[in-house]
Amino acid sequence: MTTAWAPITEPNATETPSLGQPAPRPAVPVTSDSALAEQYLEISMGPQHPSTHGVFRMNVVLDGERVIQLKPVFGYLHRNHEKIAETESYLGNMPYTDRLDYICSITNNWAYALAVEKLGGIEVPERAEYIRVITGELTRLQNHACLLGFLLQDMGASGTPLMYAFREREKVLDLFESLTGARMMCNYLRFGGCRVDLPAGWLDRAKAFLAEFPRFLDEFERLLVDNEILMERTQNVGVLSRELAVSSAISGPMARASGLNYDIRKADTYSIYSRFSFRVPLGHHGDVYDRYMIRFLEMHESVKILEQAMRDIPAGPIQNPAVKARLFRPKPGEAYGRIESPKGELGFYLISDGSGIPYRYRVRPPSLINLTVLEDLCLGRNVADVIAILGSVDIVMGEVDR
Amino acid sequence: MSRDRGSRLLGEGIIKGLAETARNFFGSYVSKQRLTTVQYPEERIPQDESFRNFPFLVYDGSDPEAGLRCVSCQICEKECPPKCIFIEKSKDKKPDAVGKPQFYPTVFDIDVSVCMSCQICVEVCPFEAIKMDVKYDYPTESRFAALLFDKHQLTKSNDYYHQIHPTEASAVDAALAAEREAAATKAAAAAAKAAAAKPAATAGAPGTATASAATSTVTPPSDTTAGEPR
Amino acid sequence: MTQTPDQVFVILKHWLLGYVPTSVHAIASAVLSILPLMVVFPLLFAITTLLERKGLGRIQNRLGPNRTGPMGLWQPLADGIKSLTKEDIVPFTADHIVHFLAPVLLVVAAFLAYAVLPVGRNMVLVNLNAGVLFFFAVGSVVELAVFMAGWSSRSKYSMLGAMRAIAQMISYEVPLVLASVVVIMQAGSLSTVDIVERQATYTGIFPHWYVFTPWGFLGFILFMIAATAESNRSPFDLPEGESEIIAGYYIEYSGFKFALFFLGEYLGMFATSGIAITLFLGGWSAPLSVLTFIPSWAWFFLKLLTLICMFIWVRGTLPRLRMDQLMNFAWEFILPMALFNMVIAGLWRFMNPGAVRWFVCAFLILVPMFVLSALLKRKKKLQLRTYSFAE
Repeated sequence: MTTAWAPITEPNATETPSLGQPAPRPAVPVTSDSALAEQYLEISMGPQHPSTHGVFRMNVVLDGERVIQLKPVFGYLHRNHEKIAETESYLGNMPYTDRLDYICSITNNWAYALAVEKLGGIEVPERAEYIRVITGELTRLQNHACLLGFLLQDMGASGTPLMYAFREREKVLDLFESLTGARMMCNYLRFGGCRVDLPAGWLDRAKAFLAEFPRFLDEFERLLVDNEILMERTQNVGVLSRELAVSSAISGPMARASGLNYDIRKADTYSIYSRFSFRVPLGHHGDVYDRYMIRFLEMHESVKILEQAMRDIPAGPIQNPAVKARLFRPKPGEAYGRIESPKGELGFYLISDGSGIPYRYRVRPPSLINLTVLEDLCLGRNVADVIAILGSVDIVMGEVDR
Repeated sequence: MSRDRGSRLLGEGIIKGLAETARNFFGSYVSKQRLTTVQYPEERIPQDESFRNFPFLVYDGSDPEAGLRCVSCQICEKECPPKCIFIEKSKDKKPDAVGKPQFYPTVFDIDVSVCMSCQICVEVCPFEAIKMDVKYDYPTESRFAALLFDKHQLTKSNDYYHQIHPTEASAVDAALAAEREAAATKAAAAAAKAAAAKPAATAGAPGTATASAATSTVTPPSDTTAGEPR
Repeated sequence: MTQTPDQVFVILKHWLLGYVPTSVHAIASAVLSILPLMVVFPLLFAITTLLERKGLGRIQNRLGPNRTGPMGLWQPLADGIKSLTKEDIVPFTADHIVHFLAPVLLVVAAFLAYAVLPVGRNMVLVNLNAGVLFFFAVGSVVELAVFMAGWSSRSKYSMLGAMRAIAQMISYEVPLVLASVVVIMQAGSLSTVDIVERQATYTGIFPHWYVFTPWGFLGFILFMIAATAESNRSPFDLPEGESEIIAGYYIEYSGFKFALFFLGEYLGMFATSGIAITLFLGGWSAPLSVLTFIPSWAWFFLKLLTLICMFIWVRGTLPRLRMDQLMNFAWEFILPMALFNMVIAGLWRFMNPGAVRWFVCAFLILVPMFVLSALLKRKKKLQLRTYSFAE
């Protein structure tokens, strides 16, 4: 294909654009008779690639090493999740939500449970709320550890930070296994509470894990935070301006790294987050380094929340006795339940028609929404930066494609 | 994290990183925490009790057919999200572990290549008949046919259930025993109530002698059935 | 002085030559000198692949290979058999002749470089007057081989990799040579044997290795950084950036040719380590005069193994540098430091021996280093950042 490309003005790769302006878009390719003597290189960083976080494809047009256009192609993992949900009962949909963002199954469950509870006007007992917060924050810890490991692996630190991060993640997964029976596909939350109560000794094990976790964070900090190579690779790379973040509905750590003070746990408090004191870290530059550091700081904050929750958890029932899991028929209506998942705002929109099966079921996937600005972030950067930027967006294809 | 140091020597952070790696290298010879490899299949990580993989059917006592708890209510079949359970109900009834005639499944297949281990079937079963197994290695030689487990492969004893999930099995046994006790007391109360009602009925109608004689001849069978322990 | 273990290979060679008729002495002598090199260094390559995997494994809290043989000792053998028996796929549109020649050229060039390395006392293949020059000349052929590989594969990824590799290798060739110039200035000779012999003397028990002087230490560091870049090792392995362009210039190679690329890369690594040892670390001489009973060739290989372990250590720790950062680093930091180093080495030579010249030279090294670091950091606007927190 030899279409001549109209000249485009890409941002100067070494200059940091001020946070006020979004990056200029490339011009549409123009077929003309006077084809340019030089040709741009079109490569497909294809679905099979060690660093695209799943089956994800990017058609990249390069001028030497600089990116001048980037089109993401996804859908390779589409599994008809929303359609299946319209044929299953409300309870039967819960295990499918595990498999959306397959790394963070409990927060997926939570968002769905929230939506159904809003739909049915269901209350949740206190102990169950505390357990939800504890397991949710543990999920956030292991997701961020996983992501930091992968980000560094993509940048070539041949697996060492990845192994350290996974060593810690394994401990969290072991806790989940003894609580819910499965490491990743937990299927733990129910409408009006949790499925089973904490087994004997679980809380002590969780507290022991939490006592050791800051040591791992310090180790990670020593290994990589001051590392000049990492700083060079990630600072001023993939800058996301605040305006673009707002207009593209970016949420989660990516938005907070651009200076947007929007954490649903504070902005639209759900569950019992108002009882815990924690801070929301904000970045000022919006580059890959900030996103990386924001997640690192969020892990510290999660540790704080966990300590408070594990200290204050009351005894009591874990399930609202008025709710029957099976043959659950909410009244007709609609509800949108959203939480601050480790990736961003995860929302479930449900429309009920009075039967035991949702009429409409829609997932707001944070990974996909955050991915829409990928091209703007990558324009004018090198190929190597594209990988780092993609890693910092933190996508999981299960959520992007559903 | 609020340091903003100015110019330092280029390479200081790299040296710190190298020190960290060296510590992990030497630490892997001394501490177990820094060498997390488990040499499968010779070593295995001890499995947690609550681990779940695929379902199995529980039977009480020693006879898998007679003691099977499943009464083929087909609730698990309906609730299973990926619809991997296939049940066929029997036409006749057979007595269960406590003697009450129940339906039973003539066919109970689970396609474990579809099953996603969500254990919703366990949650919704009213008879504690289906529970989660912990076996995870099922190497087979055919891809689909060998992964369709039939009733014979799925049925395992209550003792096996106690082995794999001790606390859960004890709780289930206690719940079932309590249920039976409640049913027994309820039946005893109903029988006592019926026995108290009977003399009142006969005393209240003396005129109809032949009728009362007829009724008095038919009372004994109800007495004996009411007195039978449940 | 235990001469015999030290000279055991030389004695062995002369004894074997005794059985050869005089007319073919010259050729036989050459062959008898070449054969051990061609056996030992590939063996070292095999050991290094295993060492690397186990070393990286331990750094990453896991065991390396341990199933093939005790502690994984037969793993290199298994890898060799695997690469020999794999199907050799050549892309249809590739330039077949160049595609075939590239790995061959790489390995040949790497082997040629061993000709001037003094592996032990009296154990150099050829004592050239311009040994160091020969070494660097042959080392440049490696770059040609890399480019041939990338270009002949006619694939976008491999071409990207080849372009990156050429740019990187050319820009690090200059600091590599300049870092070695200081040694030549001090030793006054280009012959590797002379350079080692000048370092093999002792004052008391301490040796006269060039690495123990300020300019030598800096030169050694610069040389090792440039050597890492020349052999495309982490953190300079962008041309074979595994997670970005998969394998770069050897993406279209499979089977034995792929193994030859690995062999060539590692042989190049050994060669540059070897020349670094020769130039800075005193070649085959012992670090303390009391330790000279250990044979010279043992010392050489011990030092080689130490440098290899350093390579593996750095690989396990650091992420990759991006292309333009890599080049910036070469031209804006390493090259000026190498030039400063030359000035300082000259000062050292013409000042009187004593504590004064130590202080002056050390001071004159540290100042540019700090200044350059500060300049570079300011230019790149790298900082440790502060983060605000919202309640």
